[in-house]
Amino acid sequence: MLNVGKIEEGFVLDHIPAGKGMSIYYHLGLDKLDCMVAIIKNARSGKLGKKDIIKVECDINLLNLDVLAVIDHTITVNVVKDGEILEKRPLVLPKELKDVMRCKNPRCITSIEQELPHIFYLADQEKEVYRCKYCDEKNSEKM
Amino acid sequence: MEQQQRIGKNGKMLRHLMTPLDFSVEELDKLFDLAEDIKNDPDKYAEVCKRKKLATCFYEPSTRTRLSFETAMLNLGGQVIGFSDAKSSSASKGESVSDTIRVISCFADICAMRHPKEGAPMVAAERSRIPVINAGDGGHQHPTQTLTDMMTIRSLKGKLSGFTIGLCGDLKFGRTVHSLVNAMLRYPDNKYIFISPEELRIPSYLREKLNEMNVEFEEVERLEESLPKLDLLYMTRVQRERFFNEEDYVRLKDFYVLNKDKMALAGPDMMVLHPLPRVNEISVDVDDDPRAVYFEQVQFGVYVRMALIMTLLGLAE
Repeated sequence: MLNVGKIEEGFVLDHIPAGKGMSIYYHLGLDKLDCMVAIIKNARSGKLGKKDIIKVECDINLLNLDVLAVIDHTITVNVVKDGEILEKRPLVLPKELKDVMRCKNPRCITSIEQELPHIFYLADQEKEVYRCKYCDEKNSEKM
Repeated sequence: MEQQQRIGKNGKMLRHLMTPLDFSVEELDKLFDLAEDIKNDPDKYAEVCKRKKLATCFYEPSTRTRLSFETAMLNLGGQVIGFSDAKSSSASKGESVSDTIRVISCFADICAMRHPKEGAPMVAAERSRIPVINAGDGGHQHPTQTLTDMMTIRSLKGKLSGFTIGLCGDLKFGRTVHSLVNAMLRYPDNKYIFISPEELRIPSYLREKLNEMNVEFEEVERLEESLPKLDLLYMTRVQRERFFNEEDYVRLKDFYVLNKDKMALAGPDMMVLHPLPRVNEISVDVDDDPRAVYFEQVQFGVYVRMALIMTLLGLAE
């Protein structure tokens, strides 16, 4: 059994579907942080069989966690203070996502003007459909 | 998407037109009332845009839409600058749409932009200091065509609701069809009959929307069977430029042709609309039928663009 110690202040992303930990690491920009980050891959899980876990020792408000809801609803966000779980933060689908996914429509203006941000808006909350702000093409990128 | 509110170079709140849904039903009513008044008394509006300039930035050829915009501005006493091909603009040197519109904002008071890439006019609107009108962006939106279609129906039929509307031809790639249906969905009691070959049916998102809104519609393959039921028939061209290969285009382009014999099956008040240019989907022997209004439609297009220019420049009140 591998042991990773408790964190004093920060947050723990639990119930990440196995294999998506590294993708979340980059999506959240954790590679750019100068703080302690632990990624646990393929941890045993009663609910999922296998799961990934990320522990980050920094102020949760420094990061935009919106993208997590788009990646998977099952992820839980536990905010930790003084070594204890202070709150479980619910995941909400963001109304807009900037430079998280790329528009794949070859007819979209973003395909030729490289400096444009790739912005998607939430078109259907129930079906979790995001569409490109410029061409309305449905996002087809798997997160 | 909602537009961000910004102040334009004339000190007024900037307003653009990207899709027909950018205007509320009430705003559209005002616009159509103004267009109707222009139609009835054009002299009254002959100098409304004096000393104002319209820039027509057309990155792909579209003679009719560009000339309609230019005629509209000239009719209002304004002037026109612009280009009609990407090759004659700075785009050929690699200038971005964002930069071009910043430059155009210094020259003109309002801009009509056509671009082969979807969303290009929206990029322009985000950086512009003058109102931007989407004059067609690829297969995406062509709002002034929709306004033209709606004004034609409203002016000749006196209303925009309670119709059985047939839409025929390329319903998959035909942006005018998608725009018109989306705009007409805001008016009650319209039924839709989509007439197309299997390959060119309406996109699934539109079908889902119609189902969600409990709108009555059918999808059929034969034009003849639907004709007696229709109040309006919207014909479209199978557009060569929307196909990736020539073979598919040649196979599908002649699928539906409206001719004098088929018109005999339709009711005496059925109105035939077409966004033009027509290739051969409507035979010339239909042109003299009083139910064929597609050339009249072009004239309505000028009136509605005049009303739009005035509205976006804040000169409609």
